[in-house]
Amino acid sequence: MSLLLKNILLPLADFTLEVNVEMRGRVTAVFGPSGAGKTSLLDLIAGIRAARSACIQLDETVLADTAKKISVPTRRRGIGYVPQDLALFPHLSVRQNLLYGRNARATNPLFAFEHVTEVLEIRSVISRGVTELSGGEKQRVALARALLASPRLLLLDEPLASLDVALKGKIIPYLTRVRDEFKIPMLYVTHDRFEARSLADEMVVLVKGKVLQAGPVADVFVRPANATVAKFVGVETLQPGLITNVNEGLAIVSVNNVTLTALAPAAPARAVFVCIRGEDVVLQRDVAVSSVRNRLPAHILSIRPEGALFRVELDAGFPLFALITRPACTELGLREGDSITALVKTPAIHLVPR
Amino acid sequence: MTALEWQIVGFTVWVAALSTVIILPFGLALAWLLARADWPGKSLVETIVTLPLVMPPVAVGLILLQVFGRHGAVGGFLHDHFNLDIIFTWRAVLLALSVMSVPLLIRSARVAFEEVNPRLEQIARTLGASGWRVFLTITVPLAARGIVAGMLLAFARALGEFGATIMVAGYMPGKTATISLAIYENVQLGQDAHAYRLLGVSVVLAFAAVWCSEFFLRRKKATA
Repeated sequence: MSLLLKNILLPLADFTLEVNVEMRGRVTAVFGPSGAGKTSLLDLIAGIRAARSACIQLDETVLADTAKKISVPTRRRGIGYVPQDLALFPHLSVRQNLLYGRNARATNPLFAFEHVTEVLEIRSVISRGVTELSGGEKQRVALARALLASPRLLLLDEPLASLDVALKGKIIPYLTRVRDEFKIPMLYVTHDRFEARSLADEMVVLVKGKVLQAGPVADVFVRPANATVAKFVGVETLQPGLITNVNEGLAIVSVNNVTLTALAPAAPARAVFVCIRGEDVVLQRDVAVSSVRNRLPAHILSIRPEGALFRVELDAGFPLFALITRPACTELGLREGDSITALVKTPAIHLVPR
Repeated sequence: MTALEWQIVGFTVWVAALSTVIILPFGLALAWLLARADWPGKSLVETIVTLPLVMPPVAVGLILLQVFGRHGAVGGFLHDHFNLDIIFTWRAVLLALSVMSVPLLIRSARVAFEEVNPRLEQIARTLGASGWRVFLTITVPLAARGIVAGMLLAFARALGEFGATIMVAGYMPGKTATISLAIYENVQLGQDAHAYRLLGVSVVLAFAAVWCSEFFLRRKKATA
């Protein structure tokens, strides 16, 4: 699929949403902090809101083009939308909700009532009222309702935001299943890195109405385009540095008088931000000879659990963060105040211009 | 109760009910436009539909008399083209009751429409529903309590209307007399027995209307 969003201009309360991007992923994560204009963008695509200027094209179909005064009405766009509050119709039963948008003429057996309700495992709740559903069930019913209208594109607005951690883990497999089973392209709005990484193949980073970066998920996470993106995709260490020397594609960077070796940035720059992901930092007790260029003597400032991992805050002449597993932490006997060596491979240090 | 009294009670209930039915489509349409759309002149229309609530009913009656009289703009047209007279007929009663009660329906329905989450209507449209289908299957059912409450208020207002009715329809027993007009007229003539019987009927009617609305609201709450 291809979703082209061209010349989008929509003034919002605090900023103007300005988007020029083409999305080609199976699942594209629209990623950004709250209040970045993500929901407004989905509303535009669904035709619920009109922009000052917009050209929206889904594959060959022009859905809206303000220059040519084209605007396909919402009900003919064939776009399934699961909003953040789900918008289940409270006066209708689950079955009536599910059948509300069912396209009677659709022949694709993929979107048959039996199939959709089976994949999402909501058969047993069909005759209930929507107020009698649990959070996770509501989520699946809203998803099924959108699917039963056999859409060409599915818009999901923070589908997991209202659920607790345990429930999130249970819903993600359903979303994966929908992605793989129904083969509908999805636009997935989230501010959660973990969701973006586990579901999406492409992502668009939207901050204050502007697209800061768009591309394959892995690229955005590993090579954020600038310091703002780096901050939002959760690069643990983000420090200003100065490039002192570039030789054979390698850059020598000085951060607080600590010298690091990194891959030279594509664009020549002297003042840079040094981005190091927590999982790329290795901690070692004894200094052995290795291929790792950057060996930094450091002190442990704090150790805090973060999900299944520990987040170790180090003073290596500059603040450095490492993410390590629980067994690794136990094995090394790490304690606050310990001296240790932090190893960072050259390709894991990413430099973005300041 | 005399045959005439029964006739007056029957006529009053019938014409009040008919006026409630007649103002329903117009009232709901206007309430929806006020709740959901922005258009030039909206605040002016808003004020005009509220006027009958705050103006002396007799004054509203006088305006209706001017407009719908044989020499009035609308009344003249209807008389010349359709040979239809409004003033001092049962139609004048219907007109007065409708005009005086429609603000209550509009205000109540408007609040009810405003309370319907627009997200539900928008999502219904993404599911392929037309504007009418969304209105009839999402908006109206979710606003039903407010709409029904507005209809009952309008009906009750119509049952008791006096000032505007006396101006445009006069007191003609068997033709335009409603309970309110008859009570007043009978007291004026010193026929207290008639007045008290009609008073009793109004109490019963009011009680029934309020009881019905309470019953309906309670039932809705139970199923919601």
